[in-house]
Amino acid sequence: MNWQSPGEFFAMGGYALYVWGSVLACVVCVVGEVVLVRMRRRAILGQLRRQRLADRLELEEHAA
Amino acid sequence: MTTSFLAVLHREFLLALRRKSDVLTVLFFFVIVTSLFPLAIGPEPRLLRTIGPGVLWVAALLSTLLGLHRLFADDLADGTLEQMALSPPAFVWLVGGKILMHWIVTGLPVVLLAPLLGLQYDLDTRSLGPLTLGLLLGTPLLSMIGAIGAALTLGLRGGGALLALLVLPLNIPALVFGAGAVEAQIAGLDYTGHLSLLAAMLVAAAFFAPLAVTAAIRIALE
Amino acid sequence: MTTRLINWFKYSSPPSFYPLAGKLIPFFAVLAALLCIAGMWIGLFVAPTDAQQGEGYRIIFLHVPASWMSMFIYIVMAFWSAMALVFNTRLSSMMATALAPTGAMFAALSLITGSLWGKPMWGTWWVWDARLTSELILFFLYVGYLALNAAIDDPRRADKACAVLALVGVVNVPIIYFSVQWWNTLHQGASISMTRAPSMARTMLLGMLLMALTAWMYSIAVALYRVRAIMLERERHADWVGELAEVKA
Repeated sequence: MNWQSPGEFFAMGGYALYVWGSVLACVVCVVGEVVLVRMRRRAILGQLRRQRLADRLELEEHAA
Repeated sequence: MTTSFLAVLHREFLLALRRKSDVLTVLFFFVIVTSLFPLAIGPEPRLLRTIGPGVLWVAALLSTLLGLHRLFADDLADGTLEQMALSPPAFVWLVGGKILMHWIVTGLPVVLLAPLLGLQYDLDTRSLGPLTLGLLLGTPLLSMIGAIGAALTLGLRGGGALLALLVLPLNIPALVFGAGAVEAQIAGLDYTGHLSLLAAMLVAAAFFAPLAVTAAIRIALE
Repeated sequence: MTTRLINWFKYSSPPSFYPLAGKLIPFFAVLAALLCIAGMWIGLFVAPTDAQQGEGYRIIFLHVPASWMSMFIYIVMAFWSAMALVFNTRLSSMMATALAPTGAMFAALSLITGSLWGKPMWGTWWVWDARLTSELILFFLYVGYLALNAAIDDPRRADKACAVLALVGVVNVPIIYFSVQWWNTLHQGASISMTRAPSMARTMLLGMLLMALTAWMYSIAVALYRVRAIMLERERHADWVGELAEVKA
């Protein structure tokens, strides 16, 4: 274990901005990518469901 | 095969003659871009001598880019490209002929003009040798790699900018060694290594680029 | 003999790969999370302070795996592109397209973390050393791939054109790397080099390895997730899509 106290850990020997900045950049990129890819899936599923509904309504109209 | 190759060269040459303005525009672009840098950075001769090789090479690269997206676009528009793809002589040779004539008409003038512009940058006359030789080897290389980009972006909207985006990173090795040759000469070092590498890349591209270009054109024609 | 051949190509059709990918994603995601915890534990708590660079060197636990991953993904993309052109399978191109954004993300992350590493060490936000410059060019190659994919409307043409581009790119990457290396040694002199990493303690190497594996597992999970979305987008009129539970819901 390297750190004597939480304060030391967050200070990172003076390099806090750079080390934690890098960690932040990674978190932002990863979370961002996951969010975007989930939005993409949700979008296409939404379109497919709406299309299915539209097709079904059209069929019912024809049957009626 | 050679007759069709020569026929393509002849055709492209005639077409270029009829559209002289396109050729001249590219050339003037080269001149104007090289003139921009001293205006932006300042006319101090020592500074210009330092940036000269790099600026001339980048300007040559950008000028080649200018002429590229029309390489196949006109023939695509009037259906000639499809005919070429279907005709009996190997498509590779026809494409090679188009690229070669494109270089003769846009790249070669740049090579011939470069020493004059080099003088504008106060380059030593001994540096003009590797500069011209380097561009002589490099501009065909740029044309060939550029042709791959032109074929991939055939008929697409935003074609010119996309073409530049695709082609510029691939041209970086030529830029590094071409400008590097002149800088080596200025530093008093041997520049034959740089030029040999350029020549090697040119030979490799001459083998592989036409194949990639024909594949890309066929993809675009489907 | 023939049954083995059939089994292999069975998963190259979207309807059978879609559920398989769905089952694999949680496995890789959990693995990535566990490896991340292990890697960051080692990187932040176990690995000793570096003699020359102090605590600032700890950025390598993020920077180096990001670089490795960006290059590895490009090679995998080129592999799938080759498969797509040789076997003419749609799924191979879909896989290549699914990998590209993740690769671009890692390239960008490598540049950002490289910048944050360089500033305290060498005083400038950007260092034109060979590795960072090559990484920048790789980022351009990714952006070009994504731009070409976006510019072509016809999916099949986009698949094949991007496949050709990826293959041309992968052939050029060693040439670009070599030329940038050479360019760097000519212009920089000896002092600035990010490749001259501190002589590594074993724990440092272990930390980097764990983070690299994290990035790898993460990439697989995200790429599988994305390829499923791509499959739905591209195959929307197919019967098997209409029969999916998530569509019928």
